[in-house]
This record gives sequence, structure tokens and C-alpha cells, in this order.
Amino acid sequence: MNFTKVTVAGAALACLLSSVAVPAFADTADKKIALSNNYAGNSWRQAMLTSWETVAGKASADGVVAAADAFTTAENQVTEQAAQIQNLILQGYDAIVINAASPEGLNGAVKEACDAGLVVVSFDGIVTEPCAWRIAVDFHQMGKIQVEYLAERLPDGGNLLEIRGLAGVFVDDEISGGIHEGVAENAKFSIEGSVHGDWAQDVAQKAVAGILPSLSDIKGVVTQGGDGYGASQAFKAAGRDMPIIVMGNRHDELSWWKEQKDANGYETMSVSIAPGVSTLAFWVAQQILDGKDVPKDLTVPFLSITQDTLEASLETTQAGGVANVEYSQEEAQGVIAGAM
Amino acid sequence: MSRYLTANTMRTLLPALSLAAILAAIFYLQPRTMSYFGLNLLLNLAVPIALATIAQMFILCVNDLDLSLGAFVSLTACITATWLYDTPVLGVLALAGCVLAYAALGALIHLRNLPSIVVTLGMSFVWVGIAVLILPTPGGKAPEWIRALMTLKPALIPFPIIAVVVIAIVVHFGLMKSAAGVVLRGAGGNPLSVERAGWSLLKVKVTMYAISGFFGVLSGMALVGLTTSADANIAERYTLLSIAGAILGGSEFVGGRVSPIGAVIGAVTLLLTGSFLSFLRLNPDWQIGAQGAILILVLAMRMLINRSDKRS
Repeated sequence: MNFTKVTVAGAALACLLSSVAVPAFADTADKKIALSNNYAGNSWRQAMLTSWETVAGKASADGVVAAADAFTTAENQVTEQAAQIQNLILQGYDAIVINAASPEGLNGAVKEACDAGLVVVSFDGIVTEPCAWRIAVDFHQMGKIQVEYLAERLPDGGNLLEIRGLAGVFVDDEISGGIHEGVAENAKFSIEGSVHGDWAQDVAQKAVAGILPSLSDIKGVVTQGGDGYGASQAFKAAGRDMPIIVMGNRHDELSWWKEQKDANGYETMSVSIAPGVSTLAFWVAQQILDGKDVPKDLTVPFLSITQDTLEASLETTQAGGVANVEYSQEEAQGVIAGAM
Repeated sequence: MSRYLTANTMRTLLPALSLAAILAAIFYLQPRTMSYFGLNLLLNLAVPIALATIAQMFILCVNDLDLSLGAFVSLTACITATWLYDTPVLGVLALAGCVLAYAALGALIHLRNLPSIVVTLGMSFVWVGIAVLILPTPGGKAPEWIRALMTLKPALIPFPIIAVVVIAIVVHFGLMKSAAGVVLRGAGGNPLSVERAGWSLLKVKVTMYAISGFFGVLSGMALVGLTTSADANIAERYTLLSIAGAILGGSEFVGGRVSPIGAVIGAVTLLLTGSFLSFLRLNPDWQIGAQGAILILVLAMRMLINRSDKRS
């Protein structure tokens, strides 16, 4: 028994020494991090996976971590993602970064992971299980600032059309809740109609085209991202006056906005979450594995584009992609320090 | 064909052999799974799927097909995570009501001679609708005792294995070995003769649908015990999984020809296929296709066996 004690003490001492002697990431060189993702069917998620590949892939090539693999479930289903997480535990990963299909439905699998000694970091679609870390976005606020922006632009108020996301997903409820709170505070606005655009341009276009004939004059369109361009096309096809459509940082939305801005001075704003938040989650997981003290709840700011920053953002956004910010290890450490 | 390896025994053995093959492949790819802890994680989601597959099998047995099972399991999961947790009495009543509703469906399908596919497809929207009303956003909590049961860690053998074996054996003896079971199965295979022998086909259908509803309820409860909460679409995939699992396990679309043990094995095999493909690091876009390919492979083998059966 004495021998064990000595080894443990020795190991502890070695850890202590190594963390002093070498840069912070050396301790995670043998750790494996997995990304469990529930959906990849839109440009935002594709950009999120690309960001992960760029940053986490490089980190694993550089030897900061042993592996950083991304896994996406074939169908956006709680039961599938739960099985996937359980498989990742069995594959011997040290940390799992999750974009969850449901905030509650994965708690059983997340608990299994924590009990098996894994670090679980959730982002974007977060999980409520207390043992997991959460990198949350204030989606509520993201909905509300759209109405606040419109209130500035439209002093007389008017009718709004709301385009919602995927029904039953809590992000949709959160953004919509923020929008409705904004409308409640600004009595001059009323939401005339509400459709589900599923965060996809084609779906949004069809849905808006379907509801437009039943709506009177629409002054503004509040959106959730990935639906602004589709909405503009529906308005154009119906020959209606173009309302102020809040965009969602997608390339097609930004380039349409730029086109309109050049042609007739069209003004709007754009807001969404940078898909690179996956890279923040990656570094947070790495920092936790490295033994750093990280608060369980972190907040990530959303990325807004204004009339003035449009050109710059459009330039750095790939065709078919989303305006993005990727995090470096130092920036992630900054976010963590800011939350302490 | 040797005398000992007849087509019939081959047919019975096929599901078990597929399971053994996939299990061996998983053990080879990921030796970590070959432990108490590993098997537990690998198989715990098999319990609700096995229950749903049994539910589907009872419907297949009377020559019908249930396209609403996934939605129904979602609904029972929502009831379990809300009413059964907050007010157990109301929860039990609601779940009993679900079983009765299934029995009524059986009666409706029989009396009006409606195609079960149409009725159940329609009902699937009703189930989802009620589930959304009960639980508009994901949430709810698993009742303590269900959670405790589903996370039970018995000595030696992991709980999911015990659970699926018990399910298979109970249903096997109930449906395949009992006198009542023979009538119930006969009504699916040859309704006319069963009716001529003086049995009420209506009673048979109602019984089978009620049993199916009962297993659907159990599936929803087991699922919530694992996930700790529910949402209105939680078991959407179970409709197809349960049909595929039952067919994979040796049931056939012609009624009467079912196998409870096979159905459970089929359900477990399907679940393991997913793990197997993920251990292979196969691109997820291919996974559904690959799952389908494995299914076709097993069914093709069964066709071959059936054909050699006819030839000999």
C-alpha cells in the first residue's frame, strides 16, 4: 500500500511540475475529444462542422489533443443521439462536446458519461444535466433585439411577420419568446402572421408565399436566421413592397442585402450565432481536461452585422456559408476568465 | 440440407446468428464493450425498442400493421414524464386510457373492416397532437421508481440483458405456448377457421390491440426511465424500427407467423447495427443506408432458406 501512496504522490508531483514547466496544453496530449452533433442539414451546421474541423483538427494534428473527431447522427432524434453518446463513451473518449437534440432528453446519457469520468460540454443546443458544462447563447435576447431594432427604424410601428424555426425545438421557442416579449413592450407593433421556416431558405420561401395573400401591409419580418433570403424572394414574387427583413448572417442573405443596398439603399440588420462556437466548446473541453477551473455556465455573444459592417462580413463569408468567428485557445481562455 | 439442419430450424436460428455476428464484430472493433459496463451502455436503449417491437409483433400477428406506434410510444413517454410524475393516479388512469384506446382501435378496424395502415397512420397524428398538448416543449421528469429500475445494476449480468430476456420469455410463453395464444395466433393465420370453431374474431382483435397498447405503454415508460425526460417526438423512429425488428426476427406480413424471441433479437440486432456502424467510423449519411442493407441481407438469406425449403 505504501508503494501505491508513493506512486500517487509522485504522479501528483509530476503533474504539478509539468504544469509549471511547459505550456498549458501539454497535459491533454493523450486526451481524446469527440463532437456529438444532432443535425447537419443546413448551412449553419455545415459551417459549425467545418469550423470544428479547422480548429480542432489542427489542434489534434499539432498534438494538443490526441483526437478530435466529429460525429453527426443520421436523424435528428433524441434516441439516436443518446445511443451515439453511449457509443462515444465506449470508444474511450475523454470528453464529449455536444450540440444536443433536446435540452432534457439526453440527460440520462450525459449522466452515464459523467459517471464514467468523461467531461461533457454542451453548446448551442445545451443540456440541463448539472454535471455537464453549458455554453449558452441568449437566444431570448437575440429575438428581442430584432424588435428593438425595428422599433428604432419604424417609429410608427406596423404589422410584423414572424418566421419561426423548427417546431418543437427549444431554440425556436426561446427566440420566438424574445420576439414576443419585444412586441409586448412596443405596443405599436403587432404580429400579423407566424410561419415555420425551419431555418431553411426554401422552406421559409414556401411558407411565406403561402401566408402572404392573407396578410395586409407588412412593415417588418422578424426571423431566426436562414430564412431571410427565402422571405425576400416570396415578397418579390408576390409583387409586395419589401419590408425590413432581419437577416441571419447567411451568405445568400448578406449578398441579397448588399445587392439591395447598392441598388436602392435598403437597410436592415443581421444577427445570428457564429457557428464557430463549436470551437469555443472544443477549447473549453480541452481546458477542463487540462485541469483548469471552468464555471459550469458560460455565455457566448451573438454576432450582429450592421449596415456599416456588411461589406467586411460578406467578404469573409464563404459562398453557401455563414458569417463566422473561430476561437483560438487564448480567446477561449478569455471567455472563461470573463465568466469567473 | 442435412436432416438436422432443416429449413425451419435455419429460419429460427437466422436472427440469433445475425445477432451473434454483429455482436462479435462489435467486440472485435471495440473490446471495451466486452464488459459489464460496456454491455450496459451498448444495450440499455434496447429495452424500450424491444418492448415496442413486441407491441408491433402483436399487431402483425393479426395480419395488421401499426404505423402509429412511434407516435403512441412518444405519447405514453410524455404522459409518464408529466402526469405519472406529478399525480400518479391521473398518470395511471391516462396510461390505462391509452391501452383502452388501442383496444377500441382494434374493434373499429375489425367492425368496419378498415385497413389498419390507414387507421393507424391517421391515429399517429392524433397521438402526436395529444403529446404536444401534454408536453409542448421538451421536459418533464422520470418517476423515481422507473428511473431506479432502468438504472438498476444487478450483480454479474447487466440489467438490459435480463430485461430483454424476461420480455422475450414472458411473451413467448404467453403467445406461443398457452392455449389462448394458439387461438390469438390462429386468428391471424386463418381467421375463417378460427371463427368457424366458435371464437369471436372481434374479441381476438380487441385483445391483440390491447396487449399491443400495453407494451407500447411499457416502451414509453422504459424510454423515459433512460432519458429522464420526454418530448413529443421522442420515439418517432420506433414505428419503422419496430416493424423492421419484428420482420428481422422472423415475423411475416401474412399474419399468425410471429416469433417473440426473434422479435426481441431483431430489435437488439437493429440497435447494435447502429453502434457497429458508428464504431466503424462510417459517415453518418451512409448509416441509414447501411442499416437498410443489413436488413435486406438478412431478409435475402431468409428467402434463400425458404426457397431451399420448397425445393427439398
